[in-house]
Amino acid sequence: MSQATMTHGTAASAATAPRDTHQQHPIKLYLVVWGWLFVLSTASYLVDYFHLQGYLRWSLILIFMILKAGLIVAVFMHMAWERLTLIYAILVPPILVLVFVGIMFFESEYTLFTRIFTGAGS
Amino acid sequence: MAEHIEMAQPGLAQAHPTMPRLAGWRGFFADWASDQRAFKNVSWMKAMMWIFLLSDTFIFSCFLLSYMTVRSSTTVPWPNPSEVFSLHIGGQNIPLILIAIMTFILISSSGTMAMAVNYGYRRDRTKTALLMIATALFGATFVGMQAFEWTKLIVEGVRPWGNPWGAPQFGSSFFMITGFHGTHVTFGVIFLLIIARKVLRGDFDHERRGFFTSRKGNYEIVEVMGLYWHFVDLVWVFIFAFFYLW
Repeated sequence: MSQATMTHGTAASAATAPRDTHQQHPIKLYLVVWGWLFVLSTASYLVDYFHLQGYLRWSLILIFMILKAGLIVAVFMHMAWERLTLIYAILVPPILVLVFVGIMFFESEYTLFTRIFTGAGS
Repeated sequence: MAEHIEMAQPGLAQAHPTMPRLAGWRGFFADWASDQRAFKNVSWMKAMMWIFLLSDTFIFSCFLLSYMTVRSSTTVPWPNPSEVFSLHIGGQNIPLILIAIMTFILISSSGTMAMAVNYGYRRDRTKTALLMIATALFGATFVGMQAFEWTKLIVEGVRPWGNPWGAPQFGSSFFMITGFHGTHVTFGVIFLLIIARKVLRGDFDHERRGFFTSRKGNYEIVEVMGLYWHFVDLVWVFIFAFFYLW
């Protein structure tokens, strides 16, 4: 993989960094990603501008969010060219946060129920 | 003794045939201090930055989670972010416009940062430093706009314990989440300027030793700095989606 990324790099000296850490891609790649991030941000802004509501709104927000996050992590942070060990070590733990999300959502629904039921708190 | 080691760690036993297995805490420290690397060929700078960013991810996850919890458990309607963050421009209210501009500014800063990393590896000092300074300027603009936003909301009566439009939890969530993010951006700007200065001075070409670590640096520090900066942008993507748009 590292050799593949090295081949289309320009006159870069390999002495500056250890192998595999050396990332060399054409500038055009970053400009294209930059453009896409602008498009996706505009799209998510338009979701609010046109007052979309309900599941359509939430699913569009999530899709645009995930696409943007993916582009930033994969290309800007070079995760797409890293070793699998590093990718898994960094990307799997945040996914486990979803379990925490589930727990806290359940908890908050219970809190809401007690607030409505007892009329205490807000 | 030697068989013992070989059974536990075959690879290592060959590299260090005489490495003894020490008892208790001495063994614990000896193991952690030995030559064991999970991220092979990944430089320690990059691995450490990624691990730091992972821990930072958990911090921001906790903030967003607590925001979700207070928002979905309150009986009072949540203030509409679309109206709260609208600006009055040219005789009409434009919803969320300031936040949208801040988003574009932060994305642009990520773009210039990515290019700075690229020019850094090409050893182009001037372009690297200029792109990093441009990134820092975008970051400073972002923080400035955030200060404007905070001022506007505080003048309108938003406090961590209440606000004129609805659920009092809105203020505490807002100040906590955007405040922490703004702090991250501020520190990023400071370190961008420090490293841009080092690049411009040629520290990484002449292998000048750092003032704090006394170690020789190389252009990889630009990429590590970039990882932090892109992370700040990444966090904003989630804040924008969950706090401002939801």
